Amino acid sequence: MVPLSYYLVLSAILFACGVLGFLLKRNIITIFMSIELMLNGVNLSFVAFASQWHALSGQIFVFFVMVVAAAEAAVGLAIIISVYRTRDTLNVDRVDLLKL
Amino acid sequence: MHLALFLVFGIVCVAGAVNLLIQSHPIQSALSLIVVMASLAVEYLLLGAEFVAAVQVIVYAGAIMVLFVFVIMLLNAGEEERSQGSHIALLLGLPSLLLVGVLLAWSVTHHATDSVRVGSLYGDPRTIGKLLFTQYLLPFEITSLLILIAIMGAVVLASKPEVAPVGPASGLTTGKAK
Repeated sequence: MVPLSYYLVLSAILFACGVLGFLLKRNIITIFMSIELMLNGVNLSFVAFASQWHALSGQIFVFFVMVVAAAEAAVGLAIIISVYRTRDTLNVDRVDLLKL
Repeated sequence: MHLALFLVFGIVCVAGAVNLLIQSHPIQSALSLIVVMASLAVEYLLLGAEFVAAVQVIVYAGAIMVLFVFVIMLLNAGEEERSQGSHIALLLGLPSLLLVGVLLAWSVTHHATDSVRVGSLYGDPRTIGKLLFTQYLLPFEITSLLILIAIMGAVVLASKPEVAPVGPASGLTTGKAK
C-alpha cells in the first residue's frame, strides 16, 4: 500500500519544479514545457484523490485537463513560431515590446 | 512491491523534472519531460487508472511532445542565453523559500495519512467512457468545440504572413505591423 501523501509529495515536487522552470528559464519553449510539467503534477493529485475517495470524476477531470493541455500546446506553439518569425529570438527577455 | 515500483518511478520522475531544469538546450529539456510523463503513466497504473495511463502515453508523451520537438527542430533553438537576475529577488526569495519549505514539511509530517489501496478503483476505458457520455456529456461536447477553435487558431497564428501584400484584402494573416 502506498500512502496517499507519497503521491501528493511527488505531485508537489513536480509542481514546484514546474514553477521553478517557469521562473528561472529564459527560453520560451522551455517555459512552455514547465507549464506542462505543472499540469502533470496537478494531474497526479487528481488521480491520487480519485483513487482515495473512490470517485471516478477525478480521472474524468484528468482527461479534460489533458485535452485542454493539447489545445493549449497547439495554440502556444503557434504563438511561439509567430514570435520567432517577427523577432528572431526565443529569449523572453528580448520579447518585451508590444509593437515592433 | 507497489511501494518499490512507486519509489523507483517516482525517483525517475523527479530526476527527469530536475534534469529539465538544469539542461540548457531545449531539446534535452523536452526529452526529460518525456521521461517524466512516461514514469507518471506508471504511477497512474499503480493507482488503478488504466485509461488515464494510456491517454497519458498517447496524448502527452506522444502527441504533445512530438509537437514540442517539432517546433524546437523547426526554429532551430540553440543554447539558452543567461541573463542577469535582480538582487532584490534573491534577497527576498531565499528566506521566503525557506519559510514555505518549513511550512510544507511541517504540514506533511504533522498529519496522519491514509493509504491508497491499489486496484481498488477500476478506471478502465469502459467505465470512463460510460461516465463521459452520460454524466459529463456537455463538458465533452464543449471540449470538442475548444479543440476546433484551437486548431483554427493555431493555423491562423502559424501561417506565414504574405510576402507581398496585394492590397488591403490580406486580412486573415497575423499581419506583421511595419
